[in-house]
Amino acid sequence: MTTASATAYRVVIGLETHVQLRTQSKMFCGCAADYANARPNTHVCPVCLGMPGVLPVINREAVDHTIRTGLALNCEIPEYAKFDRKNYAYPDLMKWYQISQYDLPLCINGHFDVEVDGATTRVGITRVHLEEDTARLTHVTAADGAPASLIDVNRSGSPLMEIVSEPDIRTPAEAMAYGEKLRALLRWIGVSTANMEDGALRIDANISVWPQGEPIGDVKVEVKNMNSFRALGRALAFEIERQTGRRERGEAIEQETRGWDETSGATRSQRTKEYAHDYRYFPEPDLPPLHVTRQRVDALRAALPRMPDQVAADLIQQSAPEADVAELVQDRPLTDYTLAVIEAGASAGEAVTWIVHEFRRALNAQPNRGAAIPIPPAEIASLLTLRAKGSVSSTMAGEVLDEMFATGKAAEDIVQARGPQISGQDELLAIARLVIQENPQAVQDYRDGKGRALQFLMGQVMRITRGKANPKAVSELIRSELESA
Amino acid sequence: MADELYLLTLHAAARGLRSGTFSSVELTRSLLDRIESVDGRVGAYLTVTADLALEQAADADTRRASGRDGPLLGLPIALKDVLSTAGVQTTCASRILEGFIPPYDATAVTRLKNAGAVTLGKTNMDEFAMGSSNEHSGYKPARNPWNLDKVPGGSSGGSAAAVAADECLAALGSDTGGSVRQPAALCGCVGLKPTYGRISRFGLIAFASSLDQIGVLTKDVTDAALLLGVLAGHDPRDSTSADEPVPEYGGELNGDIGGLRIGVAPEYFGEGLDPQVGDSVRAAIDDLRGLGATEREISLPHTEYALPTYYVIAPSEASANLARYNGVKYGLSDPQATDVDEMMARIRGRGFGSEVKRRIMIGTFALSSGYYDAYYVRAQKVRTLIKSDFETAFQDVDVIAAPVVPSPAFDLGAKLDDPVAMYQSDIMTLPASLAGLPCMSIPCGFVDGLPVGLQLIAPPFAESRLLQAARAYERARGNLPAPLKAIDAA
Repeated sequence: MTTASATAYRVVIGLETHVQLRTQSKMFCGCAADYANARPNTHVCPVCLGMPGVLPVINREAVDHTIRTGLALNCEIPEYAKFDRKNYAYPDLMKWYQISQYDLPLCINGHFDVEVDGATTRVGITRVHLEEDTARLTHVTAADGAPASLIDVNRSGSPLMEIVSEPDIRTPAEAMAYGEKLRALLRWIGVSTANMEDGALRIDANISVWPQGEPIGDVKVEVKNMNSFRALGRALAFEIERQTGRRERGEAIEQETRGWDETSGATRSQRTKEYAHDYRYFPEPDLPPLHVTRQRVDALRAALPRMPDQVAADLIQQSAPEADVAELVQDRPLTDYTLAVIEAGASAGEAVTWIVHEFRRALNAQPNRGAAIPIPPAEIASLLTLRAKGSVSSTMAGEVLDEMFATGKAAEDIVQARGPQISGQDELLAIARLVIQENPQAVQDYRDGKGRALQFLMGQVMRITRGKANPKAVSELIRSELESA
Repeated sequence: MADELYLLTLHAAARGLRSGTFSSVELTRSLLDRIESVDGRVGAYLTVTADLALEQAADADTRRASGRDGPLLGLPIALKDVLSTAGVQTTCASRILEGFIPPYDATAVTRLKNAGAVTLGKTNMDEFAMGSSNEHSGYKPARNPWNLDKVPGGSSGGSAAAVAADECLAALGSDTGGSVRQPAALCGCVGLKPTYGRISRFGLIAFASSLDQIGVLTKDVTDAALLLGVLAGHDPRDSTSADEPVPEYGGELNGDIGGLRIGVAPEYFGEGLDPQVGDSVRAAIDDLRGLGATEREISLPHTEYALPTYYVIAPSEASANLARYNGVKYGLSDPQATDVDEMMARIRGRGFGSEVKRRIMIGTFALSSGYYDAYYVRAQKVRTLIKSDFETAFQDVDVIAAPVVPSPAFDLGAKLDDPVAMYQSDIMTLPASLAGLPCMSIPCGFVDGLPVGLQLIAPPFAESRLLQAARAYERARGNLPAPLKAIDAA
């Protein structure tokens, strides 16, 4: 939509991502951090309610999660970090200041590589810091018709990590790719559910548009309220168009905060510069500076899993299809499982493709699905070997898998119990001829050179034999029948 | 004897309870009667929890009867209203917290209770501990038991007055810039502010977090040691509390200070010091020398910057600490307000006193964009210089001796309209607070019939040394030729 102007203007985007950390307890108190589905105001104590006289105690696990994230984003972890008070008055903030990190965050100077259409962009990571979340406000109409605001303090004091990127992003597509890849990474290292719909991942964007060849200035627009990656892309595209339009009309671009409105598909001004907050940051006197020892960082680094990029590169090297690999590494448990299947003897290419498509379908269809995958990886490896040898057809492999999930039996046992494959020439030939006879259109398509017609006819044979035919033998039979006719 | 139990020290009362001379209920009743008869004139208490105290006393007696003991078992103590007490109204003497009943006990309160103490009630103070005369209480002023026209000092004025008027055996206070030592000096009791971090601040309602420290007000040095032993120690709920071993403070008080090097800084004996107060303090130092201590002159060159430094840092922290009082969750509420901003303005306008408002404004200004470096950052740098003055001095001396206050207690109202004059009454207590050092006030004489104090300051966590020197002086001093307290005059 901005292709014409995009050549004349330079787009500068930086992203600020808030991530709710998955920890046992809240950031500064002992309340359970997992308040999902809890009744409002049941996960609270004097500390996260901001009662007079309470003091914060730093959650070690939250600090570890932040350092893990920093390491995964190639950041430096300085030896000293500190917490600061960010003062602002809003009813969702219990103390009317938020404990955050101002000038000495836990992680600095990292980078994150993002791919769009095969091209890689390196996005600088300015900093990753830790702070506390606010309570949740719900605006309602009271019984008497008056507007009212309800406060749920369960979220107050939950650990919140903020990842700030450098303004290295140039297109909405890059921003979306950054977000999606970051979400996968956060899940990969286990620090967050990173679900946008629950608010566990929230992305704000800073965006400005400058005439090509002119220096990039200070003025930028902050865009908030995007609840999905799609919304992020749309909001940025809208802003590019809006700001480009202003530039072309010779109008100034104001420093402001704008909110994305999903319904109207537009951003709207929320706060201009003259109303910008003065947060009056100062060092949190209730918390001594945090000494992050090298041993702690080394231990966290050593315990990090291999990063998705590395695992993906390995799998592609072993001739797994790129698209399937990209899909697979979105999901750490499934990737670990796939690697174990490969380790148990399956070929990388087959394992990846089959697991991403067939296996995941069956897995997701399981009722009462727990976190663990119930089938030992070696069993899947042996099923894939049977399939590779042609002793089990694709259709049958799917059925065998369903039975494995349902009964917990071994692949070989199920295949044996189902009886041998039909590979007797006479029996198959009869079926093949029947199928050819009944599907004249497909036969015509095949003769017209449409490759898919052969697949269709094979499928019909498989259906009649309930998957017990050897696919190789069927393919050869049909082909020779069609060629000879 | 029984009707004068309220006159006892903690350690004397403990002896009486252990020997069965009297019960905790008798002792507690004696104090409640005393409160009943004098507090109308002193104004030391904001809340008296008589029923709770008698219940705790009866429980202590039962426990003792079954063979149990505790360092404070059955001993009645008063709590400054800045300490959070579960189920007992806690206001910090502010109208904005009127009706606030906290759901939890401060760690210091829990430790007192675990040691068996009986809690008599909550003492008066300057609102949110901001003040030096107790006149900034949002409820009523407390008065000096020696002369009811005079202030008891502040901000722990109620605690000091309660001890001096024998309305408790001892009291907890809090000291941010002198709020334990200054009223102790003006009321003639012992006041101890330990090292920053020695006693947990959890449940101590914050004024200036980097300076606030719980302290004790007692009738003698032995009692201060006894209380400190109960209160001191690391608390996992306070990240600034020190993980340092807690010695047997009371066990070491043998009065031997031979070879103790006492530092005396001319900066504390200059302009503004009442000559009679100076003489009294010098006489006390001579007494210490008579016990085998040596005196050395030291220099604390940045002393004069302590006042402005404190009045940037403390209000800055206070401006954030007090932001939570908005009428939403506790204390005053305003159902008439039509929106949040109006509600907040009305609650704060009504709930905060003028001194609190002044400091919130000073602090908000000092932290504002464009002023932060010039005020807050610079003040922190000066604070480091003040701290290093002491570090240098303590290379040559063991304790520092100084006056606590430049002059004895002043008339109620005398400095109320002159904040700077009021601030100057803390000029000798601020430096040790900024440096986080343990320090004490010990009565050392009378000027114009009013008590004055000797201040002793020690290096971090050298409370034992401080108590030892204070106890030695106290023994050498003996009973001061004191005038009759106004509160005891017919």
